[in-house]
Amino acid sequence: MNDGRAQTQEWYAAKFAQFEKGLNGGTSTALHGLRRASMAKFAATGFPTTSHEEWRFTNLAPLARTEFIPALAGDDAGVTHADLEGSLLGEGAAAEVVFVDGQWSPNLSALPSLPPGIRVVSLAQALRQKPDEVMAYLSRHVISDGTLPAALNTAFLHDGAFVLLEDGTALDRPIHLLFVASARPVPFMTAPRIVIVAGKEARVTIVESYVSLANNVYWTNAVTDVFAGAGAVVEHDTLQIESPSAFHTGATHFQLGKGSVVASNAIVLGGLLVRNTVSAVFEGEDGECTLNGLAVASGAQLVDNHTIIDHAKPKCTSHELYKSILDGKARGVFNGKIFVRQDAQKTDAKQTNRTLLLSDEATIDTKPQLEIFADDVKCTHGAAVGRLNDEQVFYLRSRGLDEAAARDLLTFAFAGDIIRRIHVAPLRDRLTTFFRTRLQQGRVASEDLCIP
Amino acid sequence: MSLLEVKDLHAGVNGNEILTGISLSVEAGEVHAIMGPNGSGKSTLAGVLAGRESYVVTRGEVRYQGKDLLAMAPEERAREGLFLAFQYPVEIPGVSNMYFLKAALNAIRKHRGEDELDAIEFIALVKKRMAFVDIDESLLQRPVNEGFSGGEKKRNEIFQMAVLEPRLAILDETDSGLDIDALRIVAEGVNKLHAKDKAVVVVTHYQRLLNYIVPDVVHVLMDGRIVKSGGRELALKLEEKGYDWLRDEAGVAQAQEPARS
Ligand SMILES: Nc1ncnc2c1ncn2[C@@H]1O[C@H](COP(=O)(O)OP(=O)(O)OP(=O)(O)O)[C@@H](O)[C@H]1O
Ligand SMILES: [Mg+2]
Repeated sequence: MNDGRAQTQEWYAAKFAQFEKGLNGGTSTALHGLRRASMAKFAATGFPTTSHEEWRFTNLAPLARTEFIPALAGDDAGVTHADLEGSLLGEGAAAEVVFVDGQWSPNLSALPSLPPGIRVVSLAQALRQKPDEVMAYLSRHVISDGTLPAALNTAFLHDGAFVLLEDGTALDRPIHLLFVASARPVPFMTAPRIVIVAGKEARVTIVESYVSLANNVYWTNAVTDVFAGAGAVVEHDTLQIESPSAFHTGATHFQLGKGSVVASNAIVLGGLLVRNTVSAVFEGEDGECTLNGLAVASGAQLVDNHTIIDHAKPKCTSHELYKSILDGKARGVFNGKIFVRQDAQKTDAKQTNRTLLLSDEATIDTKPQLEIFADDVKCTHGAAVGRLNDEQVFYLRSRGLDEAAARDLLTFAFAGDIIRRIHVAPLRDRLTTFFRTRLQQGRVASEDLCIP
Repeated sequence: MSLLEVKDLHAGVNGNEILTGISLSVEAGEVHAIMGPNGSGKSTLAGVLAGRESYVVTRGEVRYQGKDLLAMAPEERAREGLFLAFQYPVEIPGVSNMYFLKAALNAIRKHRGEDELDAIEFIALVKKRMAFVDIDESLLQRPVNEGFSGGEKKRNEIFQMAVLEPRLAILDETDSGLDIDALRIVAEGVNKLHAKDKAVVVVTHYQRLLNYIVPDVVHVLMDGRIVKSGGRELALKLEEKGYDWLRDEAGVAQAQEPARS
């Protein structure tokens, strides 16, 4: 085991050295300092094991023992427009930025001109154009023990998306960031980095989607930072429909300025081993944060959702609703932390976690973790794990629906509760269609459906 | 051939016998009323007929349109035209009334070899049927029964009946919870749906409903069996005298049973 760990660390150290060589002298920048520090952080510990509190239910060993090659090539790896057909939002989006294996693809992207004050560019471009500005945001990301794989994202940071809305600007239609994993047969790691900045009173909806083109082994190691300025309104929707052999670790962090409103809807449908951490910190009063999540898993899938809401300022509201639908031998993990700091009076925090188990072998480990240091607050949490309600199934059958159809309808209703919270109509439609195909005969069909 | 023929039906839950030998024939065109004290087994009988799986039938048989009803899945029974208006309609959050009802109707139509209705045809039918029970359109857009008042749930049951047009409708205390006007409207709706080839079994505690839906036969169910059957006047007598006099008669009947078998 120890040998394995040392080997893993050596593997990434060697890959990092190669990466540095390829930078051709670009190693004296502030960015590279950040990369080195992150590499050192990872090298010090390697991947966390299940003896680590934050990783008790999620064994990263299968990820750790796979030798992933960081994807750095700037080509489209043979991906064409036709491959993306089902994944694009089309007219529904103000801009669609496509990334292949973590690198921006100018050919596949649609970047019409946007209103003044709104910038959507690849991170690499942004770093070339305004390195100091971008660095200021990048350096604010904190890698905690719970998000340790993100250290490798920063170590290999080189591309992704940079979205900036100046104060008072707004977009009606969403910006779609589409991350496509190519069919490359060699295990590879993509490290997309996303920075979203909404200035004061700015309004924007961002859709991040992650898709695969084949049933291949790869690792998406994504990091997103969202900065919502005072009074900004941001919706952030993530849709992950990846290969049934894929690993996915994600760390999404929201910083909420005074009076800002942030809603996150995180949908996980694919992947073999998925660990997402969504965190939010209130940096001013009167903020409002909604974190919703939906995971659908079957077969041998593992979906681990960690959320952290830090009520660092008074008079903020957070609502959290995470749901899982688990079939086959799928495993779910939910850990929801809420911190209410000492002077965060008048905090209103509500956390709900619901799981629908469709098989006897599916399991969920759920753990709310509320740490409250203020006294004038309203904090509630609830977790429920259940099966479909027999009375409801009978009611539907007594009207003529067969058992499978009744079960599918009720399962879809369970999920629909989250889907309808998404304000992007084409995304909702897409999800609905996908659901109707994946729910079959009262079961969650094989995750193979996640590849087109 | 009777539309429904129940013979010596025994059924229960977890080894507890609730129905202790029910025999009953319902002919096409008839209206039957079943009355009886709380806990006597009326809803259990309705549930067994509709196929509620929590009940175990231990003896007896049920023929519906000549077929073995107990061998059929609940949805097959529904598709063959059996409909149960629930005493306690179930709330189903997240499933719209309209979507659900369209799926139900099309499942039934498909079974009958009829074309499925598309959205437009379905809406047209719904509009027509809404008038039968004077149900508010906004209720139909909401999730099935979620947050409906007691009376709204009952109306919704009869609305579903109006759309699905069953051959045999079993209405389990549809009158409880309805206000005076609603009772009349719903009863009129049921009468409008009634036809020569159809039958209705109404379970009720009150003779009042039977002023509107006039039964051909009234049965009294006590302790899981029918202790008396008669005409309309039986309901009036029950209203006046309660069940105690029947309890005494039934007691006698029970005492005689060993001799009969
Ligand atoms: N699922 C069940 N588990 C245990 N007991 C049951 C179950 N269903 C019915 N019973 C019992 O069987 C008896 C008959 O119940 P049922 O609901 O059929 O009565 P009812 O005649 O419809 O009464 P009411 O007039 O109050 O509606 C009652 O004593 C009830 O408690
Ligand atoms: Mg009853």
